[in-house]
Amino acid sequence: MTALTDPMHRHHKHCDTLFADAEAAAAKGDWQAATRDFHAFQLELETHFRTEEEVLFPAFEATTGMTGGPTQMMRFEHAQMRDLVARMDDSVQVRDAAGFAGAAETLLILMQQHNMKEENILYPMCDRSLASQSGTLGAQLSERLDATCLTTP
Amino acid sequence: MHPNLSFEQAPPIAVPFRFFLTAPLFGIAAGLLLFLQGGEMLASRWMPAALAATHLLVVGFMLQAMCGALLQFVPVAAGGNIWRPRLVAGIVHPVLAAATVLLVSAFLTQRPALFTAAAHSFVLGLGFFGTVVSAALWRTPARGPTIVALRIALIALLVTMALGATLATGLARGNQWPLLMLTDIHAAWGLGGWALVLLAGVSYFVVPMFQLTPAYPAWLARGIPLLLLAVLLLWSLQFVGANESVFKLVFLGGLGVGALFAAGTLHIQSRRRRKVGDTTLLFFRTAMLSLLAILLSACVFLALPPVGSDPRAAVWVGLLAMVGVFVSAISGMLYKIVPFVSWLHLQRICGLGTLPPTMNQMLAEAAMRRQFYVHLLALGLLLSAVWVPGVARMAGLVFAIDCAWLAWNLIQAVQAYRGFRDRIRVAAEGC
Repeated sequence: MTALTDPMHRHHKHCDTLFADAEAAAAKGDWQAATRDFHAFQLELETHFRTEEEVLFPAFEATTGMTGGPTQMMRFEHAQMRDLVARMDDSVQVRDAAGFAGAAETLLILMQQHNMKEENILYPMCDRSLASQSGTLGAQLSERLDATCLTTP
Repeated sequence: MHPNLSFEQAPPIAVPFRFFLTAPLFGIAAGLLLFLQGGEMLASRWMPAALAATHLLVVGFMLQAMCGALLQFVPVAAGGNIWRPRLVAGIVHPVLAAATVLLVSAFLTQRPALFTAAAHSFVLGLGFFGTVVSAALWRTPARGPTIVALRIALIALLVTMALGATLATGLARGNQWPLLMLTDIHAAWGLGGWALVLLAGVSYFVVPMFQLTPAYPAWLARGIPLLLLAVLLLWSLQFVGANESVFKLVFLGGLGVGALFAAGTLHIQSRRRRKVGDTTLLFFRTAMLSLLAILLSACVFLALPPVGSDPRAAVWVGLLAMVGVFVSAISGMLYKIVPFVSWLHLQRICGLGTLPPTMNQMLAEAAMRRQFYVHLLALGLLLSAVWVPGVARMAGLVFAIDCAWLAWNLIQAVQAYRGFRDRIRVAAEGC
């Protein structure tokens, strides 16, 4: 059975792959590829965050009335990750391999920990509480996530 | 209450760190003991100095690090609320450290009062720790193979403790108990139950996270802790009657389950999406290869009875397990946990928009890599020293350097954390 948040799960993996490509290119000193892959990752990650913040979380909050709990914490972690992505962006621009690797290492663990909380806790809560809207909301999530996927290499 | 809220109850940074920074000191002590005693110490696992060094490693190094890690891991990754973690760490950490010193002194001096004091201290410290962590682990709303593994590991820890306390009391009173058989059961619950099941449960969580590997197959993740528990229960039937060939099979079965976990881990690591390798991956691979080597060694020992019946065979297996598997895996994990937890705490102190040093700035990859090579050298020398006693002193010294370097690297990360924290505080006061 497909769940409402299935596209979100898949998109986590997609972002992971782009992250790994960018990190590997920077480690090899291939800055052209690193810049391209990093920007693809940055775009996809931001799309993911905004899809959650603008579509999924508001729907969850409206249905459950929970505005200060889990979604608030996820928004805070998005902000933490945006800080690190901005740092990676600065490093890519000046081709600072050590700075990029350091921010990437930290982002990776933060991002994985965040994804696990979403996949194990928040998404199942969304699947349960938003089951009645799963058709329209699921399509909306897919559309938002795919729109960017189609524009990236 | 929603489970996600409890995920934010990470303990104060000093709670896990006091355990993490103490663990390598016991490793240094174990290395120095071998350096002072020389090759004779590795002739048999029953040598008093060998028993002392074993416990410097298993309760000094491993148990310290694992208790600290659980106090961090249970609330953050398993959704379990630890009751007053600062107080728990403030009691458990010094009690375990003191208990270790008492036990090691007891083995070295053979004084009954020290055995009794050590037994009481362990029961006090681990009984308290076990109660608090059990309460958190049995009330967590989280589910899955990691939770099952942590629960089994904790039960195994308490069984190990009970058997250990019985043994220590038996040694203190000179009872005519079957101490050798009890020791085998105690060691199996400690290494194969507590340590290996805990390592498996934590690996299910961190291996995919650190290297972007696929998840462990569900059957493997669920099966390993349950199979190990079944093997340990069968192994404990030695209490009621012993058919030696059956227990040899049970022993091999247990090692086979360990090898299955190792092969599974190496397999998913080979399919990792993260292409950049790091020191933690090298430590983990060393640990998993050592776990496979234990099964291989046991098969060789069974096939070649003259070698297998040599008391040094058990020392070989013990060193592979303690230094090869657990010291390696713990070192690799500390290299991720200490800088990441430091970064997370700094990030929370300074708020968004201010950038604390990244993990690599707190602990450089090159420093970790150099220490890893010393660790490999120490492991190689220790294993050689089992059969070539002449290299034992050098092996002890290199292992002490290995652990001292680990401690030094971790202290560098903590210093970076403190330096940045103090700068934030000064800046905040100036506003």
